[in-house]
Amino acid sequence: MLERKEKVEIVVCIKQVPDTTEVKIDPVKNTLIRDGVPSIVNPTDECAAEAAIRIKEQYGGKVTVLAMGPPMAATALRKCLAMGADEAILISDFAFAGADTWATSYSLAKAIEHVGKPDIVFCGKQAIDGDTGQVGPGIAEHLGLSQTTYVQKVREVHDDYLVVERAFEGGFELIKVKLPAVITVDKSIEPRYPSVKGSIKASRSEITTWSAKDIKAAPEKTGLNGSTTQVAQVFNPEVKFWSEMLKGKNEEELCDLLIGKFKEREIL
Amino acid sequence: MSVKILDNLCNGCGACVDKCPFGAIELVAGIAKFKDNCTGCGVCGKACPNNAIEVTRKAKPKTSENKLDEYKGVWVFIEQRNGKIDTVALELLSEGRKLANELKVELAGVLLGENVGELAKECFAYGAEKVYLIDAPVFKDYRTDAYTTAICEIINIYKPEIVLFGATNNGRDFAARIGVRITTGLTADCTQLDIDPETRLLRQTRPAFGGNVMATILCQNHRPQMATVRPKVMKMAEPDYTRTGEIIPYQSSVKEEDITTKIMDIVKNLGNRVNLQDAEIIVSGGRGIGGPENYHLILELAEALGGVAGASRVAVDSGWVPHERQVGQTGKTVSPKLYVACGISGAIQHQAGMKTSEIIVAINTDPEAPIFSIATYGIIGDLHKVIPLLIQKIKELKLKAIA
Repeated sequence: MLERKEKVEIVVCIKQVPDTTEVKIDPVKNTLIRDGVPSIVNPTDECAAEAAIRIKEQYGGKVTVLAMGPPMAATALRKCLAMGADEAILISDFAFAGADTWATSYSLAKAIEHVGKPDIVFCGKQAIDGDTGQVGPGIAEHLGLSQTTYVQKVREVHDDYLVVERAFEGGFELIKVKLPAVITVDKSIEPRYPSVKGSIKASRSEITTWSAKDIKAAPEKTGLNGSTTQVAQVFNPEVKFWSEMLKGKNEEELCDLLIGKFKEREIL
Repeated sequence: MSVKILDNLCNGCGACVDKCPFGAIELVAGIAKFKDNCTGCGVCGKACPNNAIEVTRKAKPKTSENKLDEYKGVWVFIEQRNGKIDTVALELLSEGRKLANELKVELAGVLLGENVGELAKECFAYGAEKVYLIDAPVFKDYRTDAYTTAICEIINIYKPEIVLFGATNNGRDFAARIGVRITTGLTADCTQLDIDPETRLLRQTRPAFGGNVMATILCQNHRPQMATVRPKVMKMAEPDYTRTGEIIPYQSSVKEEDITTKIMDIVKNLGNRVNLQDAEIIVSGGRGIGGPENYHLILELAEALGGVAGASRVAVDSGWVPHERQVGQTGKTVSPKLYVACGISGAIQHQAGMKTSEIIVAINTDPEAPIFSIATYGIIGDLHKVIPLLIQKIKELKLKAIA
C-alpha cells in the first residue's frame, strides 16, 4: 500500500570531513599527526542519503546530493552517487570561505532554491568536525520550511506530510511534519554499502559545480562577510594530567594494584 | 581571519609545520607554504619565531543601526518537560549568574509551557532575578515553530545581550533557527564562557575542528550573543530557596494553526534506558574489544562496579554497540567519578567527551595509545585477560564485605 501518490524530489546536504578518529598524537612532540588522515562523508550525512534513497526507491522521483566545499569534496558526492543518488552538485567558491553556520546555511539554502522546490531536504544531525548541528535548522529557517531534527526513523511518507520518530534524551516523539520540510537524521538509519555497479557509474558521473554567483548568493551574506560570529583565537588545549602507569609482573598483579587504587579512591 | 606568509622573513625553520593542527603547511624550496586545506585559523602566527606569518583578524566596524548598546541582561532558556526543569537549565542559570554579575546586569530565565508558572521559584533559587513566562496550551510540549516564534518575539521586545541554551536536542533544534531569524550568532557546545572586561563581549570557547584545537568565538556585531552548552559542562550552584524575583508574563502571537508539526505520541524509553550522563561510573569499550561478541565484558565490568557501559565511536560505527552508548564529541559528554577506557586508543574526539572525568583508568595493549597521556592509572595489557580477572576480584571483594 503506497501512502504517497506523487513522485518525490529530495535534496540531501552532505559535508566532507576529516576522519577525526584517525587523528593520532605524536607522543614525543605532543602534537597532532594529520598526515594521511582520510577524508570521509560525514557519518550522519550518509544516513541522510540513505533515508532519501529509500524513499525514492519506494515512490520514485529524484535525489540530488549537495555539498559546499573545495573541489576535493566531489569525492564525497561521488560516494553518495554510488549509493544511489541521481545527481550531485558542489557549490565551491572563495566567496564561501570562512563561513560560520549562519553563512553556510544561507549558501546551502540558496543552492537548494536554485535546484528547485524539493519536497524534503535531508541533512545529517551534525558534522563530526564542527559538531554544531546548526546548519540543518539554519537551512530550514532561511527557506521558511518546517523542520524536524534528530529523526531516527521515517515511518510514513505522504503527499503533504511525513510521520517520523524524533529522538529526545530518554525516548522519542512521533511527529507528523508538514512538507516541504528539512529533516535531520541520526545514526539509526543505517547507510548501505555502494554496489560495484553504482561505484563504477558514480566514478563516471558529472558533478555540477556552482559558484556564489550561479546560485545568486548575496556577497554580504556568504563566507566571512556573512558570518555572524568571529574566531578571536585558536589555541592548542593545554592539558595537564597526572598519570601513573601500573607496573606488575602479570595481569593478576595489575588487577590487584588497580583494585588497591579503587579502594584508596573510595570506588570500592 | 586570514593568514599570509611573508616570504622574505621566512627562513624555513618548520616551526609552523609542527604547530599547524591541520597539517596544512609544507616547506617548498625552504619556504613555508599553505596547502589547500588551510582553514586560516592563525595558530601558525604565534608559532613563527621570525614573525613571518601575518595573521589578520578582520572585524567589521560597528554599525549604528544595530544599536548594540540597547541590549542588556543575560537570559537562560528554561527547558522543561512535563513540568520538570531540565538540569542543564539550572547549570546555565548558575553560570549565567556569574556572567550577569561581571556585567552588572540582571539574569532572567525564559520559561515556556502550559501551567508552568510554579517553576519560576526554582529559577529564582538558582540566581534569576526575573522570569519571562510564556504560558499557554500551545507551548505544552516543545515544538520548533511555536518556541522559535515566541522567543524571537520576546527577544525583540526586551533585548537581552546574552542568551544561553542547553545543548539538548530541543535546545539545538531551535537556537540555530532563532539565530538565523533575528540575524545573530550562535556558538555551539561552549565549554567556557567569560566576559572580556574591556569590550564587555562574551568570549565563547569551544573545541573546534573535531576537538583538535580550542577556539574562542565572539559575536561582535549582532545581539543577542547566543551560545549552547552541553549538560554537565557547567557546575550547578547551591540553590537558595529564600530568593525571590519578578515574573513577567508574555502573551505570544503563536496560534495552533500556524504550527507545521504535530506530536502524535511521546514514547519514553523505560527500563534499560542507558543514562551515561548521570552515571557516576562508566566503563567503555573500543576497537580493542574486537567484536560485538565481546562487549559483554564491558557490560559485566560496568555492572560489577555499579556503573553504566559506554563505547567509543569505532565500536559504534562498526555496528558492535548501539549508538546511545557512544561517548565522545559526536556522542555523549560525560564527567563521571570513574571512567574506565578498555581497548580505546583515545582519539581526540573521544577525549573531548570524557577527559573531565575525575579518575580515568586506561587498559590497552598499545603503550603508545594517546589514552595513556590522560589516564590517572594506566594498565598495559590485554583487556580480554584483565577484565575477567578484574570482575572476579571485585565480586570476591563484595562477597567478603557482605560476609
